[in-house]
Amino acid sequence: MIKTDILIVGAGPVGLFTVFEAGLLKMHCHLIDSLPQPGGQLTEIYPKKPIYDIPGYPKILAGDLVKNLMEQAKPFNPGFTLGERAETVEHSRDNSFLVTTNRGTKLQAPVLVIAGGLGCFEPRKPPISNISEFEDNGVEYIIKDPEYYRNKKVIIAGGGDSALDWTIFLADIAEELTLVHRRSQFRGALDSVEKVKMLNLEGKVKLLTESQVVGLNGNGKLDEVVVKHGKEGELTMKTDHFIPLFGLSPKLGPVANWGLNIDKNAIEVNTLDYSTNVPGVFAIGDINTYPGKLNLILCGFHEAALMVQSAFKIINPEKKLPFKYTTVTGVEGFAEE
Amino acid sequence: MIQVKVIDREDKEHILDAPTDMNLNLMDLCKAGELPVEGTCGGMALCSTCHVYVNSKHNLQPATEAEEDMMDQAFFVEENSRLGCQIKLSIDLDGLEVKLAPQAD
Repeated sequence: MIKTDILIVGAGPVGLFTVFEAGLLKMHCHLIDSLPQPGGQLTEIYPKKPIYDIPGYPKILAGDLVKNLMEQAKPFNPGFTLGERAETVEHSRDNSFLVTTNRGTKLQAPVLVIAGGLGCFEPRKPPISNISEFEDNGVEYIIKDPEYYRNKKVIIAGGGDSALDWTIFLADIAEELTLVHRRSQFRGALDSVEKVKMLNLEGKVKLLTESQVVGLNGNGKLDEVVVKHGKEGELTMKTDHFIPLFGLSPKLGPVANWGLNIDKNAIEVNTLDYSTNVPGVFAIGDINTYPGKLNLILCGFHEAALMVQSAFKIINPEKKLPFKYTTVTGVEGFAEE
Repeated sequence: MIQVKVIDREDKEHILDAPTDMNLNLMDLCKAGELPVEGTCGGMALCSTCHVYVNSKHNLQPATEAEEDMMDQAFFVEENSRLGCQIKLSIDLDGLEVKLAPQAD
């Protein structure tokens, strides 16, 4: 069991800055994120894109902002549980929150902060009506163990790096491998594209371009896919596995079931301290909503600074909190535990 | 000011007035008109929640590589598919007609 003062769901920019603001008030933080690395959308969607509205930075790349926030948080030794999704929350008798992740990790804290941004990033699922029937019965969105596909018939769909990389990787493992892609061009790294074309010429990979998978057939287990070709119409192919690789998109996820007031996929908060309807639970950054809300990183930072004031009162009910400037006090980090 | 016709997912038509001096794109316009367009990524061609079909014969800027890349990860893509956020509203787009693509899960 991991115990801390403030448990932060979401390790994006706002979650990371919370570590700093909480640290100034001597509170420890632990962050959970479903992505394998910190930074949220900034790292996952647009690390190389510039941001122009971070005060004091005329221009900063999203990836660099995350790097700086990590450095700023470092003196306060935040804990990280990455690659795991916060699944359930229980309110325990001693007034603390017990969060359990999808991998069974248990974390406990008197204050829970949801800084989940757009939600959890999950694989984009093709809109094929019966696809859920075959999930884990021939349809996989993530390749966990390539050996699983040894001597099997496999169809991969997608045109990006992960589709190309896995096509190259599985070419020697699968009995038969087909890559289905919407266009005739691929957007992946050039040498991957060349390699896939080579494998195609060598007969190791079948390429179906200008095509989309539109149907799945089978009885409990996947047996065939229906592919629609731009000009030649539909064809049916036998297969053991269908692996759609269309990137990730954010979904609100389990947070929706935590008993919080939700309006249009965002958590309603009181702008006094960004508290939710559940005492001890706060929501900051893109995931919250209030009259006048703007989804800007700088607003999330402001929300974090105000929120920790109330968090302090919950954690230290007996103490009065004096207001201090970092310029006066400096930043006094925590000793390594 | 130009007029744009947006057909929503229930086939209802919406005529939207769009100023052309505010650097607006079609996704912005749909959101401002309270149509069900999420625009999750904020207009960076990094999600596909503003996917539309262009019905009218307007001469649009061709899709950039970034837009095509994103389309590769979208669903229900047709010949006339575009991302609304990549359609800049200019004076020559008066009378533009688009239909919102189905929402993917």
